[in-house]
Amino acid sequence: MDKSQLGEFIKSLANDLEIKEGKQYLEVTVLPSMLYQLARQLREKEESQFDFLFCLTGVDYGADLGVIYHLRSTVFDHVVVLKTRTSDRENPLLDSVADIWRTADFHEREVYDLLGIKFKNHPDLRRLFLDNSWGFPLRKDYVDEINIVTK
Amino acid sequence: MEEKDITSLPDEQQEYFINMGPQHPSTHGVLRLLVSLKGEMVKNIEPHVGYIHSGIEKMCESITYPQIIHLTDRMDYISAHINNEAVCLNVEKALEVEIPDRIKVIRTIMSELTRIQSHQLWWACFGMDLGGLTCFFYGLRDREKILDIFEETCGGRMIVSYNCPGGLMYDIHPNFQKRVKDFIKYFRKILPEYDQLLTGNVIFHERSKGIGRLTKEDAISFGVTGPTGRASGFSCDVRKHEPYSAYDRVQFKEILLTEGDTFSRYVARIEEMWESMNIIEQLIDNIPEGPFAVKMKPIIKLPEGEYYQRVETARGELGVFVISDGNKNPYRVKFRSPNFSNLSVLNHIAKGFKIADLVAIGGSLDLIIPDIDR
Repeated sequence: MDKSQLGEFIKSLANDLEIKEGKQYLEVTVLPSMLYQLARQLREKEESQFDFLFCLTGVDYGADLGVIYHLRSTVFDHVVVLKTRTSDRENPLLDSVADIWRTADFHEREVYDLLGIKFKNHPDLRRLFLDNSWGFPLRKDYVDEINIVTK
Repeated sequence: MEEKDITSLPDEQQEYFINMGPQHPSTHGVLRLLVSLKGEMVKNIEPHVGYIHSGIEKMCESITYPQIIHLTDRMDYISAHINNEAVCLNVEKALEVEIPDRIKVIRTIMSELTRIQSHQLWWACFGMDLGGLTCFFYGLRDREKILDIFEETCGGRMIVSYNCPGGLMYDIHPNFQKRVKDFIKYFRKILPEYDQLLTGNVIFHERSKGIGRLTKEDAISFGVTGPTGRASGFSCDVRKHEPYSAYDRVQFKEILLTEGDTFSRYVARIEEMWESMNIIEQLIDNIPEGPFAVKMKPIIKLPEGEYYQRVETARGELGVFVISDGNKNPYRVKFRSPNFSNLSVLNHIAKGFKIADLVAIGGSLDLIIPDIDR
């Protein structure tokens, strides 16, 4: 399927999607509540078979916190980018996709460690690199007077 | 003190923990594996990483694109050149800069040299992990020859920083072609010796065949790429699937095996060295004339948007994901590093084997720790 066909197909799977044909990949923005269901369908449907989660990125957009999932199908070689964001900075909570793609286990721990986004139903959500005395360094409002030199 | 016989205890109390690392010769860096054992049998492995976490992604947010290249050297320092290339390709793609053929060809040759020296070092250390110390001397002796070629052209030996956005830092050294050709001629004779020493060795077969089997489905699900993934039959070679630089004009095989055990991961890397030599031979006599760098603006600003570039490093698929807000420094950079995903599969494949097999399995994954910690 090319980008527009894939867009049409994904549109039929869930409501309230924002689909944009990016320069490189098809980008789909989804509400956090719909994310897990859509991810599972993309993995399991005959037509899409997105079986390879090749990148999982946490982003601090300023007001919101978001997660970006890069998915590829090893069968059809097509790519989709799933995006979701939450405006709750105090207690951000998203659904874990670790039971769909097992690589998400480590990647979600990394996002939790560096951005403080919690993942519901994650098998083992602990900090990965840093210990608990640190804040969440990849957030834009993170202050560390000793280690970060600002000009 | 009264001595206790552990085997007389109930089953669940017979388990005990040992820490493998953070300083352990077979973890090849500062990796700590908390291994749960029953007797000699591995029950569970919990990797503890972050000992050399340097916050490269955070640092990238406050520096410019040409500066980022020098940080990527420090991630996977064995295939530093390929990491550099990933960032450069991403910047060039975003700015829609046309890169002359000369640069593409030189980058490809350098990438393949990097791949060979990386696999040589891996072979050297893997042999040593399994008790064959001769491998270490052979491997490092031959790797030195490639590092000398790098030194002559780039000034650096491991941390080369030879790429810059728009091309290369300097032109190749006048001796470059001759030395590379000499090396290929030499290494074609030497590589069968590697086979004689290790590949056909019965003890080595006993240690590696059927050990740490990874199925294709699991390789995809865990995101295991590179020779490790291809040994399980997962076709994931970025050079084939999404050719960059000059890979679309050379003929080479993607090494695909089906077994997925430690031995086939070994074979995959040995075969890749042959393929890399084939690629270099096709290009080395046909380096086109032309400039070695395109003139770029002094301050590089990427247009607003998201850019993803993937390349094939010696260990798997490296992805550079840049979110730009139009400024001279990126808003967010994410490195999808191959070793990070490859480490996550360790517990899955090493469970149920002996602790000595864990050393073999860990060695066959070829982990580079700074690439995991970043």
